[in-house]
Amino acid sequence: METVYSIKPLLAVLVSLIAAPLILLTGERQKNLREFWTILAAVIKFSIVVSMVPLVLGGKVIEYTILPIAPGLLLQLRVEPFGMVFALLSSTLWIATSFYSIGYMRGLKEHAQTRYFFAFAMCLSSAIGIAFSANLLTLFIFYEILTISTWPLVIHKETKEAIVGGRKYLFYTLIAGTLILFSAAMIYHLTGTLNFTPGGFLAGHGTPAMLTLLLITLILGFGVKAGIMPMHEWLPTAMIAPTPVSALLHAVAVVKAGVFGCLRVILYVFGPKALTDLQLWLPLAYFVSFTILAAGLLALGQDHLKRRLAFSTVNCLSIMVLGAALLSKSSITGGILHMAFHGFMKITLFFCAGAIYVKTHKEYVSQLDGLGRQMPLTFGAFAIGAMGLAGVPPVNGFISKWFLCLGALEAKEIVFLVILLTSALLDVAFFFPIIYKAFFKKPLDDVKPHFDEAPMFMVVPLTLTAIISVVLGIAPDAGVHFFRIAKLAVNSILGLGAG
Amino acid sequence: MVEYIISKYNYWVYIFLMMLGLYGMIGKRNLVKKLIGMNIFQVAIILFYISIGSKVGASIPILTAEDLHGMADPVKYMNSLPHVLMLTAIVVGIATTGVALAIIIMIYNRYKTLAEDEILEIRKKTGA
Amino acid sequence: MRYGYEQCIVLIVVVPLITSFLAALLGWFKRWLCYPLVLAALGISFLCSLGILDLVMERGTIHYWQGGWEPPWGIEYVVDHLNAFMLVMLTFIALVVAIYSKKSVEQEIPEKLVPYYSIFLLMVTGLIGITVTGDLFNVFVFLEIASLTAYALIAVGEDGAPMAAFNYVIMGTVGACFYYLGIGYVYIVTGSLNMADLSQMLPGLYHNKAVLVGFALFTVGIAVKMGLFPLHVWLPDSYTYAPSASSAVIAPMFTKVMAYLMVRIFFTLFKPHFSIDLIPITQILTWVAAGGIIAGSILAIAQTDLKRMLAYSSIANIGYIVLGIGLANRMGLTGGLLHILNHAFMKGTLFLVAGGIMYKMGMRDITQFRGLHKKMPFTMGAFTIAALSMIGIPPTGGFFSKFYLVLGAIDAKQWAFIVVLLVSSLLNAVYFFRIIENAYLEPPVTAYATDGGTHEEIKRDELPLSMLIPTLIMATGVVLLGIFNERIIAFIIRFAVPASF
Repeated sequence: METVYSIKPLLAVLVSLIAAPLILLTGERQKNLREFWTILAAVIKFSIVVSMVPLVLGGKVIEYTILPIAPGLLLQLRVEPFGMVFALLSSTLWIATSFYSIGYMRGLKEHAQTRYFFAFAMCLSSAIGIAFSANLLTLFIFYEILTISTWPLVIHKETKEAIVGGRKYLFYTLIAGTLILFSAAMIYHLTGTLNFTPGGFLAGHGTPAMLTLLLITLILGFGVKAGIMPMHEWLPTAMIAPTPVSALLHAVAVVKAGVFGCLRVILYVFGPKALTDLQLWLPLAYFVSFTILAAGLLALGQDHLKRRLAFSTVNCLSIMVLGAALLSKSSITGGILHMAFHGFMKITLFFCAGAIYVKTHKEYVSQLDGLGRQMPLTFGAFAIGAMGLAGVPPVNGFISKWFLCLGALEAKEIVFLVILLTSALLDVAFFFPIIYKAFFKKPLDDVKPHFDEAPMFMVVPLTLTAIISVVLGIAPDAGVHFFRIAKLAVNSILGLGAG
Repeated sequence: MVEYIISKYNYWVYIFLMMLGLYGMIGKRNLVKKLIGMNIFQVAIILFYISIGSKVGASIPILTAEDLHGMADPVKYMNSLPHVLMLTAIVVGIATTGVALAIIIMIYNRYKTLAEDEILEIRKKTGA
Repeated sequence: MRYGYEQCIVLIVVVPLITSFLAALLGWFKRWLCYPLVLAALGISFLCSLGILDLVMERGTIHYWQGGWEPPWGIEYVVDHLNAFMLVMLTFIALVVAIYSKKSVEQEIPEKLVPYYSIFLLMVTGLIGITVTGDLFNVFVFLEIASLTAYALIAVGEDGAPMAAFNYVIMGTVGACFYYLGIGYVYIVTGSLNMADLSQMLPGLYHNKAVLVGFALFTVGIAVKMGLFPLHVWLPDSYTYAPSASSAVIAPMFTKVMAYLMVRIFFTLFKPHFSIDLIPITQILTWVAAGGIIAGSILAIAQTDLKRMLAYSSIANIGYIVLGIGLANRMGLTGGLLHILNHAFMKGTLFLVAGGIMYKMGMRDITQFRGLHKKMPFTMGAFTIAALSMIGIPPTGGFFSKFYLVLGAIDAKQWAFIVVLLVSSLLNAVYFFRIIENAYLEPPVTAYATDGGTHEEIKRDELPLSMLIPTLIMATGVVLLGIFNERIIAFIIRFAVPASF
């Protein structure tokens, strides 16, 4: 692939990194200016990322070396199709989340808003950094920054519960960090490089036992953020955080970074060849399949709306990893697409949960009876998101799941097809009762019979993300060409040429 | 064996003194006694240095007129370098003692005792 | 021009030495003169160290014969890449802490300002001297200068300080005595005190018992002085009760210089072949260090006094450095040396912050830190950066030294140490996040809020600029060292690691 050298990827990372101190310095006294920085950075970041799309579509790779960070290792950014998908996802959703956050935080008169927006900007910087990292060490650096900058968001409420949640979060993620550090050092020792290569670079290095150990430590390491069981514990606990944070955690940056890391490891470090040679892909696929089913079942039992969504996320994340683990063309496409599309659907759902909370202070599924009449836009969007996750056309979730199912067939493992379909059924089982309750049950006493929606700052973003979900479902290539980029990524991984 | 011990008696003396000093520093509970132990320890090392530099029947290394004409005979001279080094070490030792005594005075003014156990007790009581 | 450069090697010692007496003398008449004098001397030293570094990078090892006396008879100052970077680090931190110290000293020990500065400068002289000299006995002399002054700097602290200082005197003297006893044994066999000369002579004598005893005495003596676990008992009390400015200068510098001395003796005075293959000393040290890392970290978790916690964390970090030395391969020693630098900066920052909190709040109990981020946002920001570095979060310096140490442990196939390194960074996370959590989150206790303990009421009450700026400079240094670590390794540390590795 042709390489273009440009500072753009660095700028994309820096935009929010520069915005962060501005936000901090502006502070509470000039609220509007502070929010202006957030929005401005979000828009600039998005435009920078989008401006790189044509080059990527043209089969080019954009590279920028910041500086050598260790002997033989560079702090380097490289924009290639797979990273582009993640970058597009986070930068698009950051705009939506920024507007929504402003509505949410002001709506609830939250404290420490400056810290909140500061940490948010830091998170986004590191998310883009993760997306564009050219090697495992660069990725790890941004990954750890992400870990730390998410922490203030998780403990935002500063209640006992939030602090315990924050501790749990740190406990899991820091252990994960050390595992990744160990793996990175080990891989560097084995191969002398950490550069991501489409199709992997580990094949032929080290003993099988060592490679197996490395796969385990890496998947455990990234799997913590990706919520793969049994490392998912922190995720539902972190639901204590404000809703836009949950949205960020679940859809935009944090858990996606985990999945992104897993996919990077599977496809760009080990690669299909090493995993097939070592017979590791099947155990990996079974390992994540367990999470898919268990999380689906656990979600059924949750009454707290955000916790239910959290388990649904755990479920979806493992589906993405499963897609990569199956190593067939369609399944990888499906996995990458699901990573992007799930973001839009899940953020819609969380936005809805937040809107409901701001408007009515309701957090539990059992309290939602008849609320659809008061908040039709919110629940309409919710329905779209839920349908998408269950894989109902024409929402975008259908497309990614379609490819995943095809991939399971291509891999000649019918078991996984069954698992995917079961999980779709579970999605229906835990989402549709909510929609049913909201629209068709007799309203509870405190529900207003007339139209009374959440603030505009919240409703507009959530409607928009719902609309985008549908548009992407009908035309997956619309706008920023998710589909074509994902296909490019798959082709490069499987060595199928630029076609 | 006995001969071996006797022939190197200077080293045994220094080892004995050193251990004595070490015992003083560790075993004694009074700060001044500890300090004395420390001094004995230092002196032991000074003795060691002096004994490694000296030779039986030798003299200070100053060349006489006859040495200048013939070959200087090393057997006739001691190595005075370790002795000179010990001048520095003695100065250091005195300085250390001085600092330690100053600190001991501070401690005494504060606690009105120099027994380690009592000081610890007082500190426990005051919570410091 | 270049001739003038060479004089830097001696000026870097002589200028602070003379100024320290000058400060005492002039301070007798005009107290305010002390501070600018100290700053000027340290500033000159810092410039000299830069000049030396520049010269070393251009020319390699440089020698300076004291008084023109030819070695091995005369005393020789030798600077290579290893001590050139140590010198820059020492003088820079000394300068920064000196700038910082003014307000803190004026508050804590106003009546002793003049002697304090004089002694402060003398200690820096001692540490620089240890680093710069190429003569074993000269090291001892400077070591004692540094130690004696350190005892004094600690003894002037608060209530427990004299007792801590006295214990330190005893332990420190034992350490120093072992060290010069070691010199004696080596001297018996070789008749030389010059390091370069000795390293030529010793290889033929590696099986000589006196040399072995000498080596053992060096190791133990230095281990006591650097507070290597389990010989660390003097360290926690001394760091805790010393005046803020003292602990901020002793903690980052003293133990690091001892670590430097250890590298010197292991790999320059003796050949690496001796320290690694002939006697298993490096291997023993790695295990001792691993024990120190874990024990130090766990003991740190148990503390509620900030400075005492930092002291125990220092013990753990000395473990890192010694582990790097003990791994005795290129990556490991690179990590160890880099950690000397990184730890000096992070521990410096942390002690400066601790001093700042003492200055403003008059306490160090970490359970009382609630809401501090509102009161001192910049100070706590610096603290957070340094804490993240201690935990090993990239891109701060602490991460990279840990990364190299892990690489070194992998190269040495020592899996146990990898586990130790990784576990210890988690333990670090436990005790640092406890503080960060306290400082940033929990609502402040009512004593600091005017209105029933609500959040908004805490007034910002930052440190005076003369304290804040040094703290921030050090914190920035922590990050910069991380980002530019490859440059430092490529230009300096790479050459400081013995070629045989």
